[in-house]
Amino acid sequence: MLRYIARRLLLTVPLLVGISLVSFLMMHMAPGGPIGAGTDLNPKATAESRARLKAYYGLDQPLHVQYGRWLGRMATLDFGDSFSPDGRPVAEKIKERIPITLTINVLSMGLIFLVAIPVGVYSAVRRGSLFDRISTVAVFTGFAIPTFWLALLLMILFGVKLGWLPISGISSMDYGSFGTLGKIADRARHLLLPVLLAGFGGLAGMSRYMRSNMLEVIRQDYVATARAKGLPEGTVVFRHAMRNALLPVITILGLSVPDLLGGSVIFETIFAIPGMGQLFYQGVMSRDYPLIMGILTIGAFLTLLGNLLADVGYALADPRIRQG
Amino acid sequence: MRAPLRRVVFPSIALFLLLAACGGGKPESAGKGTSVPDVPAYGDAIVEGSIGDVSGFLAAVTTDASSHEAAGYIFNGLVRYDKDLKLEGELAESWEISPDGKRITFHLRKGVKWHDGTPFTSDDVMFTYRRMIDPRTPTAYGEDFKQVKRAAAPDPYTFVVEYARPFAPALASWGMHVLPKHLLENHPDISKSPLNKNPVGTGPYRFVEWKTGEKVVFDANPDYFEGRPYIARVITRVIPDQATMFLELKSGGVDTMVLTPPQYVRQTDTAEFRKSFNKYKYTSSGYTYLGFRLSHPFFKDRRVRQAIAHAADKKALIDGVLLGLGQEATGPYKPGTWAYNPNVRKYPHDPVRAKALLAEAGWKEKDGVLVKDGQPFEFTVLTNAGNDARAKTAAILQQNLAEVGIRMKIRTVEWAAFINEFIDKRKFDAVILGWNITPDPDQFDIWHSSKTGPKELNHVGFANPEVDRLLDEGRRTFDLEMRKKAYFRIQEILAEEQPYVFLYVPEALPVVHNRFHGIVPAPAGITYNFIKWYVPAGLQKHRVQP
Repeated sequence: MLRYIARRLLLTVPLLVGISLVSFLMMHMAPGGPIGAGTDLNPKATAESRARLKAYYGLDQPLHVQYGRWLGRMATLDFGDSFSPDGRPVAEKIKERIPITLTINVLSMGLIFLVAIPVGVYSAVRRGSLFDRISTVAVFTGFAIPTFWLALLLMILFGVKLGWLPISGISSMDYGSFGTLGKIADRARHLLLPVLLAGFGGLAGMSRYMRSNMLEVIRQDYVATARAKGLPEGTVVFRHAMRNALLPVITILGLSVPDLLGGSVIFETIFAIPGMGQLFYQGVMSRDYPLIMGILTIGAFLTLLGNLLADVGYALADPRIRQG
Repeated sequence: MRAPLRRVVFPSIALFLLLAACGGGKPESAGKGTSVPDVPAYGDAIVEGSIGDVSGFLAAVTTDASSHEAAGYIFNGLVRYDKDLKLEGELAESWEISPDGKRITFHLRKGVKWHDGTPFTSDDVMFTYRRMIDPRTPTAYGEDFKQVKRAAAPDPYTFVVEYARPFAPALASWGMHVLPKHLLENHPDISKSPLNKNPVGTGPYRFVEWKTGEKVVFDANPDYFEGRPYIARVITRVIPDQATMFLELKSGGVDTMVLTPPQYVRQTDTAEFRKSFNKYKYTSSGYTYLGFRLSHPFFKDRRVRQAIAHAADKKALIDGVLLGLGQEATGPYKPGTWAYNPNVRKYPHDPVRAKALLAEAGWKEKDGVLVKDGQPFEFTVLTNAGNDARAKTAAILQQNLAEVGIRMKIRTVEWAAFINEFIDKRKFDAVILGWNITPDPDQFDIWHSSKTGPKELNHVGFANPEVDRLLDEGRRTFDLEMRKKAYFRIQEILAEEQPYVFLYVPEALPVVHNRFHGIVPAPAGITYNFIKWYVPAGLQKHRVQP
């Protein structure tokens, strides 16, 4: 097992380099560049000042030199400085945004599993029941409703009309003056709607997925055997069937690892949350190469790590895979 | 991501952008009478909504509107535009221009202190100038300062600059924020200095906190040289979505923002809204145009351009795109300002006249489409994606042109690709775009025939010897009357030639919570006297003690 993990980890290095090279080339092939934001259609920016800015950011060097420099820095885990006017280290900018995105995604993922698994299991066990039908309709409605629209509706209801919840942002203006408990309550109030809505989209898919897994497992011979042995229904469903139906969920969990830090541009924009989604979007729009590369590399690393975790988790859960 | 008009012509940037944020006009609804005595009082906070985050506080190295607005609270320039958009002294008490127009002598204010208590002197101005021309400063605004032949600071309160030739727009360039020498001299690259994140200026507000992507907080500077501002705290919240910002406004999370026309007309016309807010309306500093690539075989002929100007229904555009909140543009200047010539040739909506002009130019109608030399009159108009107003403008123009037998296709392209692949390479038939109008009327870069090269701004390829001469004349004199004459004539020629069909100038639509008093609209907008805004003691909402 350990050798397997070590080999897989070693393999990620060339993969990461490959991914970063492709990202780098694609990024540079896109029209526009980091200095365009300030100099395009700006009469005060002459050809000379453009050249100066290019040299300042090292963009006057050939592509392979630029990539080589980036790779060299990455080898020492230095993400470089952002091209945005604040010129701050990319690592610092990312670090600043990670906690909030991580919180929202962990919470919403928890919500998804907490709600979707029981709903899926129950509708599978009681297939065709009223509950199953209602949850099916609810799930498809959930799929169909654009979340940004639902978000606005909830903001109008709870924020403007009822005044119960804050509309946007992650903390109140007088956050600093609150005590610890007050701070936690304030954050919770701010996070309630975003977490609910971020979870909402995933809920539909996850509960359907759980339902179909469960349906498949329930039909298996060993479940029939368990029933024939006279085990109580609860034990059959939860011990024997559900545990196996949950196996593929491990894969999904593993694949969700990069999402944890990814953030969503739409959510973060609507709720004015300074998360990774917004940071990446701004980075792309302003062609902030070091920032884009930094986030892409972290994303690629997490994806590979997530895959590895899923495989390991699978092997741990299912002896057949371990032996095979 | 930005406001409908792309910020484009940067004058004395920060000043201008601050002014541009809000502006004159009269409040649409006055706050209902309250029993609170209306006397200026110190205290309270104002929460502003901003679409974009700040990227730094040193205006020399930032290029976005949010940053320039934020920097405007902290820093001052030597000059600024007053409420009537005329230049006045800020850190300079006065200035003299030598008779030959080549030398400007600034007399600086005495007793001004940086926020850390260090006195402000001409050394700081000299330092700022040197940093603006330093190749280690990543600035897009160095050009005006490179025109300076010699700069001197003969004493702590005098600063002298000499130019090789008189250069009128140079005066406004001294609106560039003056930097504190004592805090920056050890930082060769000012963009990497701590001051870019933690600014120390001479301005009306002092920096308190910047939470990236979230908010920026400033507190009133009690020692400000023009007097302590009444509003004790300014909080700029970053809310990237217009609809969310509007909900925040309605729920009290934001005190002021700029409305869109639908919000202004349809969503704020309620008694409840009027009870809490004052809406303002004033002519914005920007216009939208339909520009032709003049080397295109169809558009070489002036009569064709004039015909399209007659075919375009500007009234329908203003009603449809701006819900009536705008006015017709007749040239590149803001109506009502000194450089604006109201008496140029106009092009009323007249499809019959348009058809006649097109016939004169040799276009014959065949099955509803104009044809010349076997070629149908068909072209593509390009505009940038994500700009709703421009997309609507294109759709209405398409219909207008179809009426006279011209087929116009519409194509939208992402901004960076649009500029780099199409505008810069002159790969377009026609474009719908907008320019910002600077208070200084110099538009050499947009209309001079020498500015048609790649990446230069005369992208339609306009060349007219008389305009060339007048543009040069206009920037070589400080005499307002002489400049006015030159720019009036330029507008006549542009109106006649129609290299652009000038479409409309939108209204800017700020809204402010009505507990804020002392707002006096002027041509420059409403924020020029921000330090005089106040909230009467009985109406104060936030407890902020300076």
